[in-house]
Amino acid sequence: MRWIWIDRFVEFEKGSHAKAIKNVSLAEEHLHDHFPGFPVMPASLMLEGMAQTGGILLGDVNNFERAVILAKVPKVSYHGWVVPGDTLTYSAQLANVSDEGGMVSCTAHVGERLVAEAEIVFAHVTAESGNGAIDQKSFVFSMRLLGVMDVGKAGTGSK
Amino acid sequence: MPTRDEIFSKVQSTLIDALGVDDEDVTESARLSADLGAESIDFLDIVFRLEKNFGTKIPRGELFPENFAAAGTSYVSNGTVTAEGLKELKIRMPHADIDGFAKNPKVENLQELFTVGMIVNFLERKLG
Repeated sequence: MRWIWIDRFVEFEKGSHAKAIKNVSLAEEHLHDHFPGFPVMPASLMLEGMAQTGGILLGDVNNFERAVILAKVPKVSYHGWVVPGDTLTYSAQLANVSDEGGMVSCTAHVGERLVAEAEIVFAHVTAESGNGAIDQKSFVFSMRLLGVMDVGKAGTGSK
Repeated sequence: MPTRDEIFSKVQSTLIDALGVDDEDVTESARLSADLGAESIDFLDIVFRLEKNFGTKIPRGELFPENFAAAGTSYVSNGTVTAEGLKELKIRMPHADIDGFAKNPKVENLQELFTVGMIVNFLERKLG
């Protein structure tokens, strides 16, 4: 399994907001354990999807030259189940960005239905504080995460 | 210009959101770490929220100075802040009770400076 919890971006406005979608499929192994006979998208993975949407939005501000680390989730709440066949839409709004990190406000919708919302704080980790072990550019590229940005901001596939 | 009470009330709600504490815990004398349980990343969260709630920019290190006790400065000697260090603290943190700290200027007591009242003082000066 690849640790990519968004399928593609459908909107991306540098330094402002982004929207990504995730299609939930019964082919995903973990849904058969969560839960047997009652497959629902794990709440923690929805948070991860919101964090990936918001983290890439923040990383893009500095052209992925700063390591962006999820530091804190001050608020998260869930409002409903997400089941196979649903398309999750994660929206992230950049609330603050500074030298030290950034904060995003995120929501997750299935259609018009709000299923989760969160505030997420990221820290910029420097080479010194991260023991030099983190290279955001290679991290993002080796994970092929940027591939999800190939769809243009209009969401039509035009770039 | 907002009154001290107005500033306090906004700081209080900011800290309730950032730290998940109850309003009665957030008194002027409450210490962010020892009393309210703030950890390092919470200080970043607090700064972000204060900026949003007060519509102001708080440059890095202005509210919570960084690297003060770093090695290689003459501000600290044998775990104690020196006279020179105290002078520097007064310059960097005019919003904090440095005279109170000077009575027992151990480095580990530096975090005692970070109180709710200190944030209110800071904003009062900044917005004044």
